[in-house]
Amino acid sequence: MTTHHTGSVVFTNVKKQFGTFTAIHDLSLDIEPGTLVTLLGPSGCGKTTTLRMLAGLEHPTAGRILIGGKDVTMLPANERDVSMVFQSYALFPHMSVLENVAYGLESSKMKKNEARERAEEGLKQVGLAGYGRRLPAELSGGQQQRVAVARALVLEPQVLLLDEPLSNLDARLRRRVRTEIRELQQRLGFTAVYVTHDQEEALAVSDKIIVMQDGLIAQQGSPRDLYEAPASSFIADFIGEANVLPCEVLRSDGGQAIIRVGKLEHSVPGRSARPGPARIAVRPNAITLEAAESGAFPGSIRHAAYLGDHVEYEVETEAGTLFVVDPAIDRTLPPATNVSIGFHQRGIAIINN
Amino acid sequence: MERSDRRLNIALGIGLAGLSLVPWYRIESGFFGFDWLGNFPNGSNEAPALLQIFAHGRWTLAVIALLFAVGLCARAFKVSSLRSNLLIAAGAAGIVFLVLQGLAVGFTGWTWTMTEALFGPLADGQPSMGAGAGLVALSFVLMFSFGLAERGVLRGDAFVVASIALLVFLVSIFVFYPVGSMFIGAFQSFDGSFDPSGFVRNIQDPSIWSLDCLVGGNRCGVAWRTLMLAILSAFGSTLLGLCFALVATRTRFPFKKGLRLLTILPIITPPFVIGLALILLFGRAGVVTHQLSNLFGIEPGRWLYGLTGIWIAQVLSFTPISFLVLIGVVEGVSPSMEEASQTLRADRWRTFWKVSLPLMKPGLANAFLIGFIESMADFGNPLVLGGSHGVLSTEIFFAVVGSQNDPSRAAVLAIILLFFTLSAFLAQRLWLAGKSFATVTGKGDSGAHIALPRSLSIGVHAIVIPWILFTLVIYGMILFGGFVRTWGLDNTLTFEHYQRAFSFSFENGAIAWTGVAWNSFWTTIKIALISAPLTAAVGLLTAYLIVRQRFVGRNIFEFALMMSFAIPGTVIGISYIMAFNLPPLEMTGTALILIACFVFRNMPVGVRGGVAAMSQLDKSLDEASLTLRATSFRTIRKVILPLLRPAIVAALVYSFVRAITSISAVIFLVSAEYNMATSYIVGLVENGEYGVAVAYSSMLIVVMIVIITCFQLLVGERRLRRENRVATAFIPSAAPQEKAAS
Repeated sequence: MTTHHTGSVVFTNVKKQFGTFTAIHDLSLDIEPGTLVTLLGPSGCGKTTTLRMLAGLEHPTAGRILIGGKDVTMLPANERDVSMVFQSYALFPHMSVLENVAYGLESSKMKKNEARERAEEGLKQVGLAGYGRRLPAELSGGQQQRVAVARALVLEPQVLLLDEPLSNLDARLRRRVRTEIRELQQRLGFTAVYVTHDQEEALAVSDKIIVMQDGLIAQQGSPRDLYEAPASSFIADFIGEANVLPCEVLRSDGGQAIIRVGKLEHSVPGRSARPGPARIAVRPNAITLEAAESGAFPGSIRHAAYLGDHVEYEVETEAGTLFVVDPAIDRTLPPATNVSIGFHQRGIAIINN
Repeated sequence: MERSDRRLNIALGIGLAGLSLVPWYRIESGFFGFDWLGNFPNGSNEAPALLQIFAHGRWTLAVIALLFAVGLCARAFKVSSLRSNLLIAAGAAGIVFLVLQGLAVGFTGWTWTMTEALFGPLADGQPSMGAGAGLVALSFVLMFSFGLAERGVLRGDAFVVASIALLVFLVSIFVFYPVGSMFIGAFQSFDGSFDPSGFVRNIQDPSIWSLDCLVGGNRCGVAWRTLMLAILSAFGSTLLGLCFALVATRTRFPFKKGLRLLTILPIITPPFVIGLALILLFGRAGVVTHQLSNLFGIEPGRWLYGLTGIWIAQVLSFTPISFLVLIGVVEGVSPSMEEASQTLRADRWRTFWKVSLPLMKPGLANAFLIGFIESMADFGNPLVLGGSHGVLSTEIFFAVVGSQNDPSRAAVLAIILLFFTLSAFLAQRLWLAGKSFATVTGKGDSGAHIALPRSLSIGVHAIVIPWILFTLVIYGMILFGGFVRTWGLDNTLTFEHYQRAFSFSFENGAIAWTGVAWNSFWTTIKIALISAPLTAAVGLLTAYLIVRQRFVGRNIFEFALMMSFAIPGTVIGISYIMAFNLPPLEMTGTALILIACFVFRNMPVGVRGGVAAMSQLDKSLDEASLTLRATSFRTIRKVILPLLRPAIVAALVYSFVRAITSISAVIFLVSAEYNMATSYIVGLVENGEYGVAVAYSSMLIVVMIVIITCFQLLVGERRLRRENRVATAFIPSAAPQEKAAS
């Protein structure tokens, strides 16, 4: 596990059908070597199928898959230079930790002694030196997860695949392990494809995020791109919550656009907004509320919940119900209070469509 | 070298060896006798295929060699769609042509007039296929599968594709081909020409279909008698099985553990033994008959020999099976349903009739159908007890071995029997599929089953306790019977029978097996030891393919395999004789035919156990192994098999024991050289040597108990250790596996 020969991944017009159901319609993507790319989306969007096709556990109905420039479309899983960390870890329960880690090396016809040595080294890399003789069941969830990573990494694959690797860990551990994975990836410099349905996780670890919806790529880009310039209301709502409101773009100049919601005019960053009707995505914490009988954009509190460090409101407006996160905890506006709604400078994006 | 090239080399190497290094045809004295080496490669019988073509004018083989050459050429290319298409075409055409060639050319020349007209008469016929043909067939199947794998079929997994292809090939040869030949045999005369007269005569035979028992006062036809017997036996064993299950789960019966032991009995009892014990008790010279006649002057009758006796024997034999099925059903009814009923003001009686019993209905139907199929297939008891009142399975036997020797009649009877059992099997699969209300869920279903209503409880006890005693007497009879000189006439105790069967002496420092039973005993053990691992391997491999692989026709594949379980042994036996007595495949009189019969008859049980156990294993374990560069073969060996150990042992024990106890198919297939214990015992019974027969039977039972106990100890130990080592992580608790193993 010293230096990795890292590979790129290319999907060209890949299609996957299960019987009559089409899981992936027409997928083309390009992953740079040495980056960590996340496939993100709700369940059933095709992200896991994509990962499994990359691993060779499913074969595409049409299209080509290249790993490190080599066409692997028809290659079975065991002949591909990738390895995978499973959601359930899939550690072999009847083998010791060391046997688990050495399994892949021995499968690739490495001498037993050498394989064991390399496995020891791999365990050291993930901070589990000395745990080799235990059985997987004798480790904690986080340790099992690291064994699974070590088992995949000792093979020095061109691409490491991770299928929701954190979903079996408790919330507190998740944050730590995802940092560890990211550090390991950057230290060793391998290419990683990471599947998750948790947008926060995706934002935290990725170089690039590919959001999928119904077997298609909805948008891809850096975490910042996706958050600040969502291409659709689906993305806006999926990457961080957002209120999507109809608005009208009055004019745009120099990267700023002036929009109008109700009678409220507001200036937002908008690189290519054209004048006319449009929609904006407003983050819950980008909305201000003032108790007032009337305003440029009026609303009425429907429900309020005190949550310690912030207050959550549902506000009824002409444009629909808004979800608002208000950091002002020393006041709680009771239901049926009439409010005047305003926007912060940040946290608002025009949806280009 | 790439993996795909390496495996293709092996396949082609096998084929080359088959064409040039071993005799193409069957060696009469046995291949492993290696007598053929003397005449090899020039003898007209011993020559390999390549020499047969040129030196002996068997030009039809040339086509096979040419098709093989196409496969060889394909190897010259790199992996490409051209190469895979060539391989698929050569493999498929090779198999088809090999089969056609084998069927078309018989001992004396063309067997089909059509080919004779087309190509002119052949100079020489050919013997049956032998080692060479087998290797080349294997090579073609592999070529075909590797071609498919290279095209990415089944994710390009060559091992999986080849396994499926081989299994389909073998099942076709050993299940569908014989049954098919039997159907054809029904329409053939002795010389093999088409002649429907035998079929027409037999299918209309009043002795099969007559309804005289309803209108004329005479006996009904054998088909109706068999059907009636099957319905009555199924009814009796289901009812008794239900009583046993209720006693075991819903009462405070003190010997519940002992009841469970009862379920092992049918597995280790050779099927005719119950009938034998009944004869010793109630036959004309039986103990009970004798006593009754002494005490009350009741004339000894022959009432036992006929449907009544068979019925009693079958109910005794099948009740434990039905108990085994129904105990799961009765336990499966969720206690919370019964508790809910009680909170809704229903008393215990109403709860039982309105809630518990209706929920058990699909399970009861299932037990009934199993009893029905078992009764139809039963051969041992009718043979021992039937007398002149035969059933279909024994009639089939006498149609072949008796003075009649009418294969067409045997085939017709077998078709009728097959029709009955397959109908029951289909009913079970289609009608009952998914109808189980048994509610064993992963959720903790707390609560206890309510006790039976008092009157019902008394009722089931009144049935169960006498029946248990009866069973105990029967088995006591079997164990004790071997120590009595002549039943009814001379009740002195003796070791005579055991001596006759199992005596041995030391001569010149070596053991001489002088007893009459040893020959068949060792043959039985040997064949059981060979076929048990094969059965388990084929069964578990099939289970793996069914559970873990998705392929076109998977459901049909599974269905066809399971269906072979519903084919009665007698039908298998008769069809094996009809199929494997003449070229292209000749196996009668060999050990091979016995082994093949056991493997393909007992495999479905291994499949069922394997499927149940494998469904418990997380699929991501295999996938992880695959992504870690292991082939599917290595995955099975290193990951799946170690985790399936209990299921493997269960399959091994079952197939071993079944190979020892089965009689129905075996009796057709044994020969002087390879005689099996059960058919030897039946021979003893027919000669009236009850003492030796019983002694031999109880010896078999004891041997099997010893073997099962050994295995059980082995499994128990493993499971304990595994539970200790792997507490919660990936293996579900051992309980469901225990079920699968039983």
